[in-house]
Amino acid sequence: MQIELMAFGIVREFLGSSTIRLDVNDGITVGELRTLLRDHHPDMHGISSIAVALNGNYATDETIVVSNDEIAIIPPVSGG
Amino acid sequence: MVDIKISSEPLSVQSCIDWVMSPDCGGIDVFIGTVRNTTKGKRVLRLEFEAYERMALSEMEKIAVDASLKWALHKILIHHRTGVLVAGEIPVIIAVSAPHRDAAFEACRYAIDTLKLTVPIWKKEVFEDGAVWVAAHP
Repeated sequence: MQIELMAFGIVREFLGSSTIRLDVNDGITVGELRTLLRDHHPDMHGISSIAVALNGNYATDETIVVSNDEIAIIPPVSGG
Repeated sequence: MVDIKISSEPLSVQSCIDWVMSPDCGGIDVFIGTVRNTTKGKRVLRLEFEAYERMALSEMEKIAVDASLKWALHKILIHHRTGVLVAGEIPVIIAVSAPHRDAAFEACRYAIDTLKLTVPIWKKEVFEDGAVWVAAHP
């Protein structure tokens, strides 16, 4: 299936875009997606942590991604 | 009561205080985050803030609601700025009113500390010789 990811902050700069499309296996988990991103983009290894949000909520590694989820890659936050 | 806002326009401290103020309350606690002009001795030219706005608003709302459940508050407000800010400008205001001051102090501290951990907002520090995304690297 094809998914679209929203990228912010340092990840947006690494990817050169605020959204990217990826072809992934059906039933992919958040943990597998995080591994895939790190494998595809070596720059990601320099970031201290990457979280994933589905539909506006932080998702655990076991959560399964479906194609119409709103998916966001969340580098370490630094508001305030 | 809870008031949450993300804005690209300057934040008003006075209007935040006015919103939480009430004759039912014994005190108001206000945290105002301000842009510092140096980091580790290097001059900061500006900070650039960006937000995943939909989620940032919901995470800020969770913080305000959680604080209202943990402490006896009258009102709690969390406003955050986005865009380019220079030294002395205000990226964040948290204002809390409560019948008794301990609750206001503790809830305000909880709100800013939790915001820094969970709310998807990012800042880039721009120096004369480069820029860094704060907290991005180990």
